[in-house]
Amino acid sequence: MQLTINSNRYDLDVEPEMPLLWVLRDELGISGPKYGCGAGLCGACTVHIDGTAVRSCSINAGEVRGSITTIEGLGTPANLHVVQQAWIEHQVAQCGYCQSGQMMTAAALLSKTPDPSDSEIADAMDGNLCRCGTYTRIHSAVKTAAQMMKGK
Amino acid sequence: MARLKTIARRTFLIGSAAIAGGVAFGYYRLRQDPPNPLLKGLKAGEAAITPYVRVDAKGVTLITPRADKGQGSYSIQAHLIAEELDVDPHEVRIDPGPPNPAYFNSRIMDDSLPFTTIDDGIMARGARGGGEVLSRVLGMQITGGSSTVPDGYRKLRMAGAVARETLKEAAARRSGVSRSQLKTKDGQVILPDGKSVTYAELAVEAAQLAPVTDVTLRPEQEWRYIGKKMRRIDIVAKSTGTQQYGIDIRPDRVVYATVRANPGLGGTIKRYDASGAEKMRGVKKIVPIKDGVGVIADNTWRAFQAAAAIKIEWNDPPYPADSAGMWKVLENSFSKDLLDSRLRNDGDVEKALTGSSKPIEAEYRTPYLAHAPLEPMNAVVLYTKERLDIWTGTQIPVFLQGHAAKLTQLPEEKIYVHAQPIGGSFGARLDDTYALQAIELAMAMEGVPVKMTWSREENMGHDYPRPIQLSRAKGTVREGMVESMSIDMAGQSMGASWFNRLQAPVPPGPDTSSVNGIWDQPFAIPNFRVTGYRAKEMVPVSPWRSVGASGNGFHHGSFLDELIHAAGADPMAELIRLCNHEPSKKVLHTLRDVSAWKGSRIDDRRARGVALTLSFGVPMAQVVEVSDTPQGIKIDKVYAVCDVGRILDPVNFEAQVRGGIIWALGHAMNCELTYEKFAPVQTNFHLFEAMRFHQAPDIIVKGLELGGEVRGIGEPPVPPAAPALANAIFALTGKRVRELPLNKSVNFA
Repeated sequence: MQLTINSNRYDLDVEPEMPLLWVLRDELGISGPKYGCGAGLCGACTVHIDGTAVRSCSINAGEVRGSITTIEGLGTPANLHVVQQAWIEHQVAQCGYCQSGQMMTAAALLSKTPDPSDSEIADAMDGNLCRCGTYTRIHSAVKTAAQMMKGK
Repeated sequence: MARLKTIARRTFLIGSAAIAGGVAFGYYRLRQDPPNPLLKGLKAGEAAITPYVRVDAKGVTLITPRADKGQGSYSIQAHLIAEELDVDPHEVRIDPGPPNPAYFNSRIMDDSLPFTTIDDGIMARGARGGGEVLSRVLGMQITGGSSTVPDGYRKLRMAGAVARETLKEAAARRSGVSRSQLKTKDGQVILPDGKSVTYAELAVEAAQLAPVTDVTLRPEQEWRYIGKKMRRIDIVAKSTGTQQYGIDIRPDRVVYATVRANPGLGGTIKRYDASGAEKMRGVKKIVPIKDGVGVIADNTWRAFQAAAAIKIEWNDPPYPADSAGMWKVLENSFSKDLLDSRLRNDGDVEKALTGSSKPIEAEYRTPYLAHAPLEPMNAVVLYTKERLDIWTGTQIPVFLQGHAAKLTQLPEEKIYVHAQPIGGSFGARLDDTYALQAIELAMAMEGVPVKMTWSREENMGHDYPRPIQLSRAKGTVREGMVESMSIDMAGQSMGASWFNRLQAPVPPGPDTSSVNGIWDQPFAIPNFRVTGYRAKEMVPVSPWRSVGASGNGFHHGSFLDELIHAAGADPMAELIRLCNHEPSKKVLHTLRDVSAWKGSRIDDRRARGVALTLSFGVPMAQVVEVSDTPQGIKIDKVYAVCDVGRILDPVNFEAQVRGGIIWALGHAMNCELTYEKFAPVQTNFHLFEAMRFHQAPDIIVKGLELGGEVRGIGEPPVPPAAPALANAIFALTGKRVRELPLNKSVNFA
């Protein structure tokens, strides 16, 4: 099986029903996407497939059609994505475990809806659970990221 | 070298010995501090000036022994040391350090004592001193009880100051300039002529010196970090997916594992059949463990699949099989032989009750709740005949080390606990069952690192929850005022369950946890009685964010509101009238002003509730504002006011208050663990959602700094949120909800 992840191609020998998350984490050591529930309920494992936010715990590796981007491919400490800049500016993270998924969901939202309303933000972010309760700062950070994108 | 060790043993912690000065010899011995653990294994060219500061040729490392579960403890510990040491916390290395008695927590026992956390009387201070001695003797390096800041506020700054002065002394000897003429800045000693020498360059010389301990802490006007907006040291890593948690550790040759233990917590295993699982792809070994069985494979998902395929028969644990049976135990626990405590008995409740024509009676219930942090329990363990290495997030490293030594028969000094950043805990990592299971698996794979991860389902079922509590309350009102209140509380002892698992002595005396948040509240109701009944142990339980007060705040704050409404009084005005603790009263006055309180009813579709709970020394009062919408009740706004003595970092302070309120409201609205066949029905987040984004309200936070003792803020936001919400729902609908979660009784938008 071949997968394209963060612009790199990988040849893999795994059963097609292995969820993408476990290919990323255990086979390839890409640990930004997190295991939280294994059932598409928490969003900690969110990645992009051709720009769309997908729960990597709930899609089998064999079903992936398209190019995968993880948080590592969104931006890096030396080359931050605007969403990551906004997350830093607002100091959103507490434990931070859900935040890779939160940022991937927010980035996908903003790429399709550059100026989201409050209810569009709530709809998009509702599938990403944060046990620390950082929602108010996530809201502010999404707004800031939208402003920053406008300025670019 | 021996002399250096002797000197080092008298390092900076003299500060705390001085505080205790003048006490009897035996007591003084107990007050002495354990040796600096960093001196062991120190390499040439490295200096460990105090247990909190290590300097070598590469630079400075700050030791931050309290676990970071997201509450920002690494960051605040580093900033407290840096404030005196003159380093930029973002430019130095941070290391949680080894498990060691030197890092005992002087404040961890405060919440277990039968004295309120604000009681400054001689008995209370004596008991707190005893708690500190106990913690010191037992080497209780524990993260919990919102104690990282109160415990470290002075200690960590002293560590920074001693290290700074010792480095200056090294520079003084080298340069011939007296120490008093030297200054420090950003990791350098500055000489009078403007030349500088880095701390790293002074490491070798500093290591030869007796630490300079005649230091005084800087006045607050000179503070560079404390009280200012701080930047968390982990914020870039946590905003880029590069933060490494325990679950992300992946050593060479690692194998992946999971376990299935008896879904009835505490029950044992009868037999299992792994013949199918053994043949599945990637499975390396199937290993019996305590109360269960583990699978070792070449991928976590394959381990999960194989574990699910094992056929297991369990032995039942010794308590009722379902929730109805568990509640029955509490219902039958209000008896004389189970009387555990009467920590409050003001006036004459019986006289007030018999003298009233209309006493008010109510029964309140709070459910079992899981901590369910988003990072499931996990540990990486490498076992050899010579040593054991454990990489995991833990709030109890010294206990883990002891338990691991027992399990492996290795001496404690051969047990290396490498503490990892934690993806949420809320109390979950005050236990170490998961790590001990991983050790059992690693012992079957000598020389190979084993990474054990709980599935979410395993995690929901094996999360030692917050205990259920049942209260029977009575009260009277007279002439528009609350006249009497009696709360009888039945609950299983959290302390007994948890301390027994830790193999630590259960604190003597009454089980304070089951009545904290009630008996210790700052209200002068003329007749006020709180009675605790100790139910038998059922599901093994543990501390959950804000511990006893987490649920008890609801019992107390709701029933008091019932009485106030029965009296026909305004809830805010009556709480203020009853309040007999000045900081709490100021908190309520400020809340009334900040929320522009004009009564509990705003208009025909909006209403408000108010509650105050004093926990961990922090009076925290909240107004919750709700509205009636076609989709259900919506929480629009929360106003939160508290006093923590001093706010060390306004950014994280606000985050902790907001997060604590969202935590509390989410669970109060939507969460419980219910049991069937000894196991929780709630197996994943679809049945245990807490709060999602769309339910999160605006939260307006106001922190007061009234100058009293500096307190922690991780837990105090939790207890008053549920009663404030339930009180708002009463004001809106006229319906008094007396059982959590609230969504069993009302619909939320």
